[in-house]
Amino acid sequence: MTTNTRSARAGADIGGTFTDIALEVDGQLHSAKTLTQYAAPEQAVVDGLLRTLDQAGVAPDQLESLVHGTTLATNALIERRGAHTAFITTEGFRDVIEMRTESRFEQYDLNIVLPTPLIARQHRYTVGGRMSAEGQELIPLDDAALEAIIDAIEAKAYVSVAIGLMHSYRNAAHERRIRDRLQARLPHLSVSLSSEVSPQIREYERFNTVCANAFVKPLMSSYLGRLASGLEARGITCPVYLMHSGGGLMSLASAAEFPVRLLESGPAGGAIYAADIAARYGLDRVLSYDMGGTTAKICLIQDQRPQTARTFEVARTYRFKKGSGMPISIPVIEMVEIGAGGGSLAHVDDLHQIRVGPESAGSEPGPACYGRGGTAPAVTDADLILGRLDAENFAGGSFRLHRQAAEDALHRTITAPLGGDLIEAAYGIVEVVDENMANAARVHAVESGRELDQYTMIAYGGAAPLHAARICEKLGIDRLVVPPGAGVGSAIGFLRAPFGYESLRSAVMQLATFDLATVNDLLADMSREVSTFINETGYRGEVEREFKAYMRYAGQGWEIPVAVARGELDERDVADLHRGFVTAYAQIFGHAIDNLDAEVVSWSLSLRTPIAPVEPRQFGKAPPNERNIESRDMRAIFDARHGQFRDSQVIERRAMPVGNSIHGPAVIIEPETSTIVPAGFDVTRQADDCLFIERLKETAE
Amino acid sequence: MSTTLQVSQQIMWNRLISVVEEQALTLIRTAFCTSVREAGDLSAGVFDASGRMVAQAVTGTPGHVNTMAETVFHFIDQFGDTMVPGDVFVTNDPWLATGHLHDFTVVTPVFREGRRIGFFASTAHVVDIGGRGFGPDGRELYEEGLLIPPLRMFKAGVVNQDLVDILTNNVRESDQVVGDFFSLSVCNDTGRKRLLEMLDEFSLPDIEELATFIFAHSERATREKLAALPAGEYRYRMPLDGYDAPVELAVTLSCGGETLNADFTGTSAQSGFGINVPLTYTKAYACYGLKCALAPSIPNNWASLRPFTVSAPDDCILNAQRPAPVAARHVLGHLVPDLVLGALRQACPTLPPAEGASALWNLQISARPTHGTGVGREILMFNSGGSGARPTLDGLNATAFPSGVMTMPVEVTESVGPLVIWRKELRPDSGGAGRQRGGLGQTIELSAREGYALTFNAMFERVEHPARGHNGGRNGGIGVVALDDGTRLRAKGRQAIPTGRRLILHLPGGGGYGAPQDRPAASVARDVEAGYVSELEARTSYPHAF
Repeated sequence: MTTNTRSARAGADIGGTFTDIALEVDGQLHSAKTLTQYAAPEQAVVDGLLRTLDQAGVAPDQLESLVHGTTLATNALIERRGAHTAFITTEGFRDVIEMRTESRFEQYDLNIVLPTPLIARQHRYTVGGRMSAEGQELIPLDDAALEAIIDAIEAKAYVSVAIGLMHSYRNAAHERRIRDRLQARLPHLSVSLSSEVSPQIREYERFNTVCANAFVKPLMSSYLGRLASGLEARGITCPVYLMHSGGGLMSLASAAEFPVRLLESGPAGGAIYAADIAARYGLDRVLSYDMGGTTAKICLIQDQRPQTARTFEVARTYRFKKGSGMPISIPVIEMVEIGAGGGSLAHVDDLHQIRVGPESAGSEPGPACYGRGGTAPAVTDADLILGRLDAENFAGGSFRLHRQAAEDALHRTITAPLGGDLIEAAYGIVEVVDENMANAARVHAVESGRELDQYTMIAYGGAAPLHAARICEKLGIDRLVVPPGAGVGSAIGFLRAPFGYESLRSAVMQLATFDLATVNDLLADMSREVSTFINETGYRGEVEREFKAYMRYAGQGWEIPVAVARGELDERDVADLHRGFVTAYAQIFGHAIDNLDAEVVSWSLSLRTPIAPVEPRQFGKAPPNERNIESRDMRAIFDARHGQFRDSQVIERRAMPVGNSIHGPAVIIEPETSTIVPAGFDVTRQADDCLFIERLKETAE
Repeated sequence: MSTTLQVSQQIMWNRLISVVEEQALTLIRTAFCTSVREAGDLSAGVFDASGRMVAQAVTGTPGHVNTMAETVFHFIDQFGDTMVPGDVFVTNDPWLATGHLHDFTVVTPVFREGRRIGFFASTAHVVDIGGRGFGPDGRELYEEGLLIPPLRMFKAGVVNQDLVDILTNNVRESDQVVGDFFSLSVCNDTGRKRLLEMLDEFSLPDIEELATFIFAHSERATREKLAALPAGEYRYRMPLDGYDAPVELAVTLSCGGETLNADFTGTSAQSGFGINVPLTYTKAYACYGLKCALAPSIPNNWASLRPFTVSAPDDCILNAQRPAPVAARHVLGHLVPDLVLGALRQACPTLPPAEGASALWNLQISARPTHGTGVGREILMFNSGGSGARPTLDGLNATAFPSGVMTMPVEVTESVGPLVIWRKELRPDSGGAGRQRGGLGQTIELSAREGYALTFNAMFERVEHPARGHNGGRNGGIGVVALDDGTRLRAKGRQAIPTGRRLILHLPGGGGYGAPQDRPAASVARDVEAGYVSELEARTSYPHAF
């Protein structure tokens, strides 16, 4: 039955394997998971959406909005499936995207292979003309050379062109002139400018970013066009927004122009999902932890906002190693990704130690216990042997796990060469992978100047609830939240995303020689850019503005963000900047340095819809009420902290009482996953179906 | 839980490595010296109570792999029982620490319940140490700057202000140098705190038992690898440019049993200029080269390095004696891996690459206003030539090996100093021809901005002696140092760039591997299409492809 009074919004996330739909109707959630269709990805979105709408009894034309995120752009970069693209750059700098940082990402491997540049050398053209670091024209653009390049672009039938010139983040005149000439002669050409896509200093990152944008632009604008018409053909006429990597919404038109902003939009949705739960419970310091089949992702959420960065790396080619991928400098929700998932494979190294990942069994053949021919032991195999998974009730009982295959795999790879028993081997695998994840979180916290012990962890993704409590133990975290719907977390997160956009510009300037007029012009320009993006979405409501300066001591190489009160600066603000920087620096590094001038490297302006003020909920927790629990199955589950099996209660999530705590050891089961509650913790189901898990004060246990 | 697999020891080992990585990261984030923050020219490690290195962070410079490992012993010898909580020690003695005055090594003892249980040490390159500045022109160590013997920089938590004052008055950019000095002690303290937390978490009194576990595993694994080598003596010689006269490096590797000795007898005598290398630095790069080929996955610590030994006659350029000048010791140091890998090739032909450009072309530039009172600037750029072709892969274009440093973005360099870099681009035809082609070098052009004059310190190798190809592979292109009017400049020493002229550097390419006629025609065609190899050169070196 459909009525006209219902409020219906949908999120759609195209991932590498699945396309997830989350539909919220009057606060009630409906979801669907379908396989991603590579040939026509929009079809899975349209089909899944129609099916979910039908289940919920909502007519297509009643849908109010659709928020979409996708890994298509990321996959196109990884698989190098992009347009025939040319790159025009400054004479003398043809090889910036190929020479990279001139370093090796792995010190001790003599046979590393550097990632292939996105645009091969023969497709990179150089033109005379030069700007200085301050944006003054040192040499005018060589118009004759430019016309010859345009001849070549026409002759070689390039579909897309990237333009990246030295210091264009300070003065974009030459880049614009090249675009104007290109468009005058070749009006159908797709053109991307580094000064628009990524106006940040550091030529390698900026050039690579504009090349990536140009490379996927024809593909993505075609896809977005087909999606729009596909939706319309089936009567879905609501506005469509795209989730961008910075965690906000943008219009379809902006996404088609700047598809590089769509990279990492899926994971960004996951972080927004966690941030929403943080806001619901008034949690200011949260570590979000997502673990799936091949990787785990970690994000810090401060004051209910995911931490952001100015650059990230996609398409890593070597064991997720930093530097083995390509840098993209755009505002992004900062996530640490490591090769640790349920499918991560264990092996024994030269030191006779157990190592886990980053190699993964993937979904085919999958862990050995899937019985699809996998012979190497995966984390899931170890979880099964330790009693954390129920062989008969995996994935809602949709298929049986083969314990024998898991045991064989562990024996072959671990106990045969090293000795020991199976349980010890399984414990070793799980403990090593948990330590890897805990370590990544620890290092990330250090890099961000944070101490994790006062944090709350929010865990989602298929494998996270199995491992989260142990990681909390390792990190000294006392509180863990496992929200519902963990399997489609990103799509739900899309529904919670604000309209928002961040602009970043570089202009290196010491405070002692601060040029107020230049900075104010720059900030005004950024303000216009951001407003344009927000206006494009059609949003006309209230917005919050946030200015930041990225600063360092003159001479250093790493900048820290400092809040700026206003968008129009005067002399007093310069003094404030200095004070703000010294305070922030001392907070991170424990001491400030006398007598040294500070400098601003980049500016950031973000505009976003304010987070609606809500009265934060308290976690409800009443003493255990044994009679409320319907199922009292027991299972032996290995407790990693104490190194032994413990008889643990097995409780269905949906059968749990709301508000009454249950003491671990216990496992909370549901079709998508299982949540492990070790001894020393208790778990309480909340009214919104979140599981709240808390470490008990150390007592005689 | 039984302990056959020693899972918890493995976990603690990993944790200890993460503690020193955090120590190193703290230093990178706070350092002023470009080579530290951009290039990871630093080292950080934890040591047991007797001064044996238990774990070390993997950073950009293998040059510190081993040098620091020996340093802590010197401090124990000298200060032993007088150490108290809050003490921090420092030195930059090239023979006790890392081979030149520009590196500070700071050592912090760790106390737990009143007992000294170990040390943290860290090393970083500083912007300046006085003297002539960073370059090879000094004739004696005394010209190269201030030497700080091992002494206390903090005594029971109180800073040694006399030392700070001496430093402040003897170095250029003293705020930054003093800043780095304190960064080193801060990073050690970060390590100290994390270690104490870790010991609490695992309820351990100290790290001795864990160190024993780590040493046993590391040494066994290293010895297993070395035992697999065919016993014998393997020799290699490599001619190089030197400063004022050619230099030859020579090595004899002796394998047999479970150890490997590198002896440098036959190497040229000490130079009168600052390209001499103290043995500690020679050993570091020799170990690095050998470890890459033989034991890449075994972490660095006292035990994993122990089976590697070095020896050299006292008068040789790779075993410089006090007070020889050593400031630019990295130039020959960077070539030591090529040398030992060349010898190792005879024992295991499928592992080592051909020779590469190897020594970084570090460019230290001083900009001074031509008139008036503007501010002078010191600018440091790291640039890499091509690496040697590998047995199954082409060499890497413009990529550092053995150093792991990163170059600085041109846009950042131009925002820091009054110069324009007009070109920084691959250098076609510089990779040695072969079945696997050597990596390409690069070409750099730069000049002063108006109103400034530039001088630079040249520390460049392989201008006369190319990176040699192997197994029929051709040599890589030699380097060129010149002005844009064609004037050739010297490859070593301080020189001015005349007003209105551009400095042009052509960096050397890597050697090829295997005979050029075995290179597949498709690879040659691809190289020509991309312009890595000109058509003329391709027709000459690879006629079979046409």
